Amino acid sequence: MRAQFVMSEIGVGLRRNLTMTFAVIISVALSLALFGGSLLMRDQVSAMKGYWYDKVNVSIYLCNEADAKDSADAKGGQAGAAGGGGGAVCSKGAVTAEQKKSIETDLKAMDLVDSVHYESSDEAYKHYKERFGHTALASVITPDQMPDSFRVKLKQPEKYKVITSSFAGRDGVQSVEDQHNQLDNLFGMLSALNWAALGIMLIMLVVALLLIVNTVRVSAFSRRRETGIMRLVGASSFYIQVPFIMEAAFAGLIGAVVACGMLGVGQYFVIDHGVALRAKMELINFIGWDSVLTKLPLVLAIGVLMPSLAAFIALRKYLKV
Amino acid sequence: MIRFDSVSKSYPKQNRPALRDVSLDIAKGEFVFLVGSSGSGKSTFLRLVLREERASHGQVHVLGKDLAKLSNWKVPHMRRQLGTVFQDFRLLPNKTVAENVAFAQEVIGKPRGEIRKAVPQVLELVGLGGKEGRMPGELSGGEQQRVAIARAFVNRPALLIADEPTGNLDPQTSVGIMKLLDRINRTGTTVIMATHDQQIVDQMRKRVIELEQGRLVRDQSRGVYGYQH
Repeated sequence: MRAQFVMSEIGVGLRRNLTMTFAVIISVALSLALFGGSLLMRDQVSAMKGYWYDKVNVSIYLCNEADAKDSADAKGGQAGAAGGGGGAVCSKGAVTAEQKKSIETDLKAMDLVDSVHYESSDEAYKHYKERFGHTALASVITPDQMPDSFRVKLKQPEKYKVITSSFAGRDGVQSVEDQHNQLDNLFGMLSALNWAALGIMLIMLVVALLLIVNTVRVSAFSRRRETGIMRLVGASSFYIQVPFIMEAAFAGLIGAVVACGMLGVGQYFVIDHGVALRAKMELINFIGWDSVLTKLPLVLAIGVLMPSLAAFIALRKYLKV
Repeated sequence: MIRFDSVSKSYPKQNRPALRDVSLDIAKGEFVFLVGSSGSGKSTFLRLVLREERASHGQVHVLGKDLAKLSNWKVPHMRRQLGTVFQDFRLLPNKTVAENVAFAQEVIGKPRGEIRKAVPQVLELVGLGGKEGRMPGELSGGEQQRVAIARAFVNRPALLIADEPTGNLDPQTSVGIMKLLDRINRTGTTVIMATHDQQIVDQMRKRVIELEQGRLVRDQSRGVYGYQH
């Protein structure tokens, strides 16, 4: 294979179809950038999931005197509103020592539970003061308004629902709370965004493939004289097809490089600098460059292989060999 | 070299077959004229030899190979032993004379050194020494056909197929081309030439194969264009 000869043929081909090549590059770049972006988004979501789910405990809040009083009031006022609010749950009065003990024993007996930490109302008050001591609300809160609670750490954080279903509504339990619900909303939204990005990517991909097929068709037509002679003098079909496939691969490669650039620029300006989400949203741990860099080879490989394959298939139709 | 065993060829959507039950042998080193009116099956004959088409019935052997049994990926290797020349020259207009000839070697992956040696040699042989750098558009028809012959011959094929090579040329130029083909034939290359040129066939006195409506109607050594006996 005469490399120099092939290269010059490719150069001629790309220049001849400059506008078409340009369209291929842009559509490949956009579809691959969306593809890479959605891969990164998935990394981001799983990084956040790991980070948050590990931090999040399930809290079982126990009834205190204040809850019992609210509950009794609610009962007196509107008899039918049982279960309507937190108040009604504690109608049997504040949690007793036996109830606490039985809840703790049950929790510890569960395989799923990693550790159980009992937080008394005094401790809860102290933590609250530490976090929100400077606010107006904190100054009117008293320790007896804070509930006692069990802070449960789970071995598999994603199975938090088991705790909810077995302890919610039990005597002495005011509520079972986990922050997963809020997180799940966020993650649900992110995954919807991700699907949208993948959908747009698919459309762009189809556009890119159609453009490649058309480019190959035009290219095969404008080179039919050369390919005809090549066939007659006994050039192998591989040799005849290679310039077309390389043209598509080359355009795809440039598109993929542009897509990689877009991903890098995105990481740099949106997360690290510029918009600087990492600095502004300290609670979220963002993906790093390692995540971006590991996606680039895949993007490049797809950027080269996909157009080559499209060109190869188009050649079967438009080029007699 | 070439053997047709009761070969027929029909194209889809055409009632009349292009070739009907043609059997013949062409030995190595022969010079053969293929004559007949338009639509007589000359082109089909040549396309079968080049394996652009496959026979509908019968067997076509070229260079000792049964073309029906030759798998597609082996066809290019078979074609490397054939040279082809056309009425319309089929040169690449954006390449020089030397590049046009070199193209036939480049695309089958010949080493650069070999190409550099072979191209001037074959251009000298066809009488175009010194015109390596010219573009095809700057040459006369006869010279362009010489370039095409050089390109067909540069890989030293065992068989040269010429489809009306003098069809676009005036009689005087045609004589030059025929002398060249004769010289190539004398190097041991088998030449098959399809033609309408009565004068040339009558002058050369080579073997003549005549097709009529797809049938082989005459196979005559040292023949002439029309029936004369």
